[in-house]
Amino acid sequence: MPPDGPDRIPIESDADVVTARQRARELAAAMDMTSTDQTLLATAISEVARNITTYAGRGEVYVSVVRDAAGREGVRVIARDEGPGIADVERALQDGYTTGGGLGLGLPGARRLVDEFAIDTAPSRGTTVTLTKWSRPARAA
Amino acid sequence: MAVPILKQGPYLIATIQAALTDTDVLQLQEDVMGQVTRHRSRGIIVDVTALDVMDSFVSRSLQGIARMTRLRGAETVIVGIQPEVAFAMVQLGMSFEDVLTALDLEEGLALLQRPWKEPGEIAP
Repeated sequence: MPPDGPDRIPIESDADVVTARQRARELAAAMDMTSTDQTLLATAISEVARNITTYAGRGEVYVSVVRDAAGREGVRVIARDEGPGIADVERALQDGYTTGGGLGLGLPGARRLVDEFAIDTAPSRGTTVTLTKWSRPARAA
Repeated sequence: MAVPILKQGPYLIATIQAALTDTDVLQLQEDVMGQVTRHRSRGIIVDVTALDVMDSFVSRSLQGIARMTRLRGAETVIVGIQPEVAFAMVQLGMSFEDVLTALDLEEGLALLQRPWKEPGEIAP
């Protein structure tokens, strides 16, 4: 069984982005999350962790196993930084809007890939993105 | 981790072996462009079978390779995108509309060898 306490992955370089998504995938695999859902989760983490290296320089990602009232398991990911924050969150959540030279798919894309998505940010206060992916029973083999 | 690039006749084959960092992806772009120029390659295959995640950065960079090499007269085919990865790319909003893709290496080579892409067709 995976530990229930959050696992902290410092995000300081692009290699840490890979580590964060691999760690989350391990948790997801241990709870028998489907392979597709594991991939969606790992991709979402890649997007939010890259936002940390691109916009804030450094930050951290916490991954943990969560359970809802019905006993269903999921993986929760918290990506936190103390960077510049986002002034216009509504726009940042629209496809194609970017201030970082990318495609502007990071936040809106990550939101589509997970079941629950929350963002807490303000200029000069940093950004915290919380993602949750719930495990669905794998199809009978 | 560097991506090995093999030369096979007029083609280059880059086989990604493990998860790529952003630095690795940028290095791959540079290496492919260098080798396309050196070998006057007609086509490039990038095999992504080993990738379990293709996020927006990797996707955009592969698209960049395809566009850059096309400007050099070489066609790029991305092969081996895993089903789960394809699912995630579409959800993410990545469209690979202007990039050639094929199921695997064999089909990718067949795509590059279409008659109208034969080097002989190009005027001297």
